[in-house]
Amino acid sequence: MPEADKKFPLPSSLKVAPGTEAAQAAYPYYQQFEPDDDQRFWFYNSMHFPEPMTVFDMVTAEAAYCALGSSNTRVQSLPTTLGIDCRIINGRVYIGGNGVTDPDEIARRTEEFQKRAFYYYEHWERLYDQWKDKMRKLIQDAQDLPPLSLPEFEPLEHVHAGRGIASNHYLLDTYQKTLEGYFRMWHHHFEFLLLGYGAYMAFFDFCKKAFPEITDQTIARMVAGFEAEIFRPDDEVKRLARCAVELGVDSKFQERTKVDDILASLEQMGEPGREWLKELETSRNPWFNVNVGDGFYHYHRSWNDDLSLPFSALPGYIEKVKAGENLERPVEQLKTERQALIDGYRDMLATDEERTSYDQMITLACRVFPYVEGHKFYCEHWYTNLFFNKIREFGALLSEHGFFEDAEDVFHLSHYEVEAAIIDLMTSWSNGSAPRGPKRFPALIAERKKAIEIWAKMDTPPALGEVPDIIDDPAIVMLWGITRESLNSWLSAGETDPNEIHGFAASNGVVEGTARVVKSVQEIDRLQKSDILVCQVTNPTWAPVFNKISAAVSDIGGSMSHAAIVAREYGLPAVVGTGQATTRIRDGQRVRVDGGRGVVTILN
Amino acid sequence: MSSVPVTSWFSEIGLVDRPAVGGKGGSLGELTSAGIDVPPGFVVRTEAFEAFIQKLDKKEALRAPIEALDPHDLAAVGECTKAVRARVENSPLPADVRDAILSSYAELCADQPDTPVAVRSSATTEDAEDASFAGLQDTYLWVLGGDQVIQMVRSCWASLYSVESVCYRRKHGLPEASVAMGVVIQRMVDARCAGVMFTRSPTTGDRSVVTIEGAWGLGSAVVSGEVTPDRWVVAKITNEISAREISNKHIQQLAKKGGGIEDVPVPDDQQTAPCLSDEELLKLKEVSLRAERHYGRPQDIEWAIDRHDGRILLLQSRPETVWSATEDKPVAKPAENPLSHVMNIFGGRR
Repeated sequence: MPEADKKFPLPSSLKVAPGTEAAQAAYPYYQQFEPDDDQRFWFYNSMHFPEPMTVFDMVTAEAAYCALGSSNTRVQSLPTTLGIDCRIINGRVYIGGNGVTDPDEIARRTEEFQKRAFYYYEHWERLYDQWKDKMRKLIQDAQDLPPLSLPEFEPLEHVHAGRGIASNHYLLDTYQKTLEGYFRMWHHHFEFLLLGYGAYMAFFDFCKKAFPEITDQTIARMVAGFEAEIFRPDDEVKRLARCAVELGVDSKFQERTKVDDILASLEQMGEPGREWLKELETSRNPWFNVNVGDGFYHYHRSWNDDLSLPFSALPGYIEKVKAGENLERPVEQLKTERQALIDGYRDMLATDEERTSYDQMITLACRVFPYVEGHKFYCEHWYTNLFFNKIREFGALLSEHGFFEDAEDVFHLSHYEVEAAIIDLMTSWSNGSAPRGPKRFPALIAERKKAIEIWAKMDTPPALGEVPDIIDDPAIVMLWGITRESLNSWLSAGETDPNEIHGFAASNGVVEGTARVVKSVQEIDRLQKSDILVCQVTNPTWAPVFNKISAAVSDIGGSMSHAAIVAREYGLPAVVGTGQATTRIRDGQRVRVDGGRGVVTILN
Repeated sequence: MSSVPVTSWFSEIGLVDRPAVGGKGGSLGELTSAGIDVPPGFVVRTEAFEAFIQKLDKKEALRAPIEALDPHDLAAVGECTKAVRARVENSPLPADVRDAILSSYAELCADQPDTPVAVRSSATTEDAEDASFAGLQDTYLWVLGGDQVIQMVRSCWASLYSVESVCYRRKHGLPEASVAMGVVIQRMVDARCAGVMFTRSPTTGDRSVVTIEGAWGLGSAVVSGEVTPDRWVVAKITNEISAREISNKHIQQLAKKGGGIEDVPVPDDQQTAPCLSDEELLKLKEVSLRAERHYGRPQDIEWAIDRHDGRILLLQSRPETVWSATEDKPVAKPAENPLSHVMNIFGGRR
C-alpha cells in the first residue's frame, strides 16, 4: 500500500468498549477525547503506560505532564515546543505535543531560553547538588507523614495539650500532602531532564552525522557514568552476598526458598544471622526503594515491599563469591575503556575543527549525564514507592471501614474520589453515623476492574489523527524516540515477517535460547540459567536477574533506558521497546535475539 | 639486458617502485614489508615488458602504427589492435626474460612443483580511467606450469592493446613509449571463503567502521558480482558487529581440474550459513586496520581465508577513492559558546 494511503484512525472513530462506558467516564473530564481532537496528532504512550491505567494511576500522567509542560513552556521556554496534552480511552494514554511554529514566537522564546537554560547549563553542578538536597528533603517529608488513625476517643494527651484539632482532620491533611508531594516531585523530575537529554542529543546527533554507522549503544557508552544510583541496588545485593559468606551464613540462601523462611532461619541462628540482617537493613534504606517496573503503576512494588527479587539473586552471587570471583564493578577499568572510546572516535574525525566541536559537545554531555541517569532512582523509584504505599495505607483504612473489600481497591478510584471517600469517613467518624461510601464504591470498583480486563485484551492503535509532515518537537523526539520514520514503520506494521519483532537495539550481540515470558516479579524464579528474559519492562532493578539470563527483551524502554545501560554493562544482547514481545512470544519458545539490529526472531 | 632485473620478489619492492612493478605489485610489496600476510610471489617488472615490445618493434614496427591511429576511426583501431594483440600473445619472449620468469616461478614453487598461481596485471598508471582499460581486471587464476604462466603474462600485456585502452591513449596523446605494465605472479590461495573489505564505509563514508563482504570459495565470485556476498559492519574501536546480512550464496568458484576455475553449486546447508565466524571477522578487521595504518588512509582490500590452515591473506589493498574524492564538509563548526550546540536540538529545524 502506498505510504500516502495509510492513515491512523481519528480519535472520534475510537469507540469505548461496550460495557465499559461508566469506567471510561470515571477518568477526569479533561482527559477525555473531544471532537476538536480529530484535528491533532496523538500517539499511544506505550513507553510509560503499556497497560490499561486504573483510574487512580492516571495521577501519574496528570502530575508528570503538568510538570513537563510547565518546565518547557514557562520555566525554560523551549523555543519550538510547549507541553504535552494527554487523553485516555479504553485505559490507554494518548499524548500529543504542542509545537510552536511561528518564527517570531520561536525567536522570542529562543531569547528567553538562552537566558534560562544556558544559566542551568553554566551552573549545572551547583544546581544539581541543590536539586539532590531538595529531593532528599521532599523524600524526608513524605517519610515523615504521620500514620493514619481514627481512634474511638481522641488521645488524652492531645486533649490536655489543647491541640484542638481532631484526628479526622489529619486524614485529609495527610492525603492532601501526599498528593501535593507527588505533584511537586514531578516538577523536580523535569527540572533538568529536557536540558540533560538535549545536551546528550546534541552530541548524539553530531556522532551520527560524523559516523553514520555508529550504534546508539556506542554513543551511550561514551557518556555513561559509573557511579550512577541505578547500579547501587544491584551492588548492594552483591555486598550482601559477600557479607553472607564472610559471616558464614551463606548456606541459608538456597534457590526457591521462601524469603520469610530465610529470614526466620537467620534470626534463629543467633549472632551471625542477626549481623547479616543488620546489613540487610542498611542496604534496604534507601537502596531497596527500587521498584520492579518503571514506577508508573501502583502494582510496581519495590524490593522493600517484596524481597523475593533481590533474594533470588543471592544464591548466584554467593556461589561466585565462594568461587573467588570478584563481583565489584571494575569502575577504573570501565573509565579507562570509556576514555579510549572517546579518544578513538575523536581520532577518526576528519578535521581539527570537528575535533574541537566534538570536545565541546561531549564535555557538556558528560556533565549533564549524571542527572539523566540518577534522577530516576529518587523520583520514579524511591518517591513513587513512598507515594503509592501511602495511598495504600488510605486504602487499608477505607477498607477497614467497609468502603471496599481490599486495600488495593483504592487504586480503582480517582484521586478526587479518594478525597471524597476520606471526607465521607471523616464526617461519619465525627458524627457517629455510617459512612455512605460502602454503599457506593464496591459496585463502581467491580465495574472498573472488569473494564480493565476488557481493555487489556483490546488492540491499541499506536497513533491517532493526522500525521504531521515532520516531528520537530524535541521533547517528543528525545523522550519517546518518535520520528517521521518510526511513524511510517507503524503505518506499515503487519507487512513484515510475522516471526520478527522489532525494537530498539539496546545492547549488542546475538543469542538463541529459550524464551521465558516473565509477567511479574513473582515469576522471577522461573528463570533458568541461559534463558532469554522476555518481560514488559527491563529495569535496573532487574539487574540481579541479568546474572542468569543470556539476553533480554522488553515491551517498553528506549535504547537510552536504564535497562539498556544495565544490559550493556552485563554484556548481554538486549532488544527493548518492542511493544509486543510479551504478547507475541510464548513461554518456552526458541527465539533469537539480535541486540545489534534490534530484532527478535521466533524460531518455532 | 642481464643487468636489468626481470623479476622482483614482493619483499624487495614497495609503492615507490610503482613505475617498474605497477600498483598492484607495489602494494603487495608494501603489505609484505608491513608484516601483513599475502600469498608469496614476485612481479615481472616493466623492464621485461619493454624488452619484449622492443624486440617485437624491431622485427616489425609496432608502436608507430598505433601512434598514427585516429581514435575516432574505430574500424582501423580495431584492426590494428587485433593484430598487435595477436603478436603479443603469440611471440616468444626474449630468452633472458623467459628464463628469469621461469626461474622465479620454479623458486616460488620449490616445495611443491606445479603449485597453482595467480597471474595478475599490475598497471603503472596513476590514472584510474586509463588503468581500468589497461587490463586492471585481468587476473588469471589457478594457472599451472611454466608454459601457462608465460602465456598468461603475455595475455596481461596484450590487454594494454585493447580497443578502449588504445583509444584512450590516442585521445589524450600519450606516447606509446610511456606504456608499461607489471605482472604479478603469486601462489594461489585455496580459499575456503574470500571477499573484499573497506576501511571506510562504501555506503556512508563512515570512517569508524570496516565493511566486510565475503562468500564461499575464491574471491573472484564476489569481485565479479556473480554472488551476493554476506555483509558485515564491524566498528573499529568497539568491535561491535552492527550489521549482519547473510545472503543466499548458491554458487562458489573453485579450482578446475587441469587449471583455471569453475562455478560449483554450494551445498544446500551452506548456502545461507555465514561464511565467516565472529572471530574471523574481528581478525579481518585487525588486518584491515594494519593496512590502513600502514598507508595512512582508508583502504579497499581483497582478502581470502586459506581452506587448509585458516590463515587470512590479503590479495590487494588500494586507497579508497570514492569518499576521499568528495569534499568533507565539517559536521559542526566549533562554537564560541559551547552551549550553543544545544540549539541544534532545541532551536527547531533549520
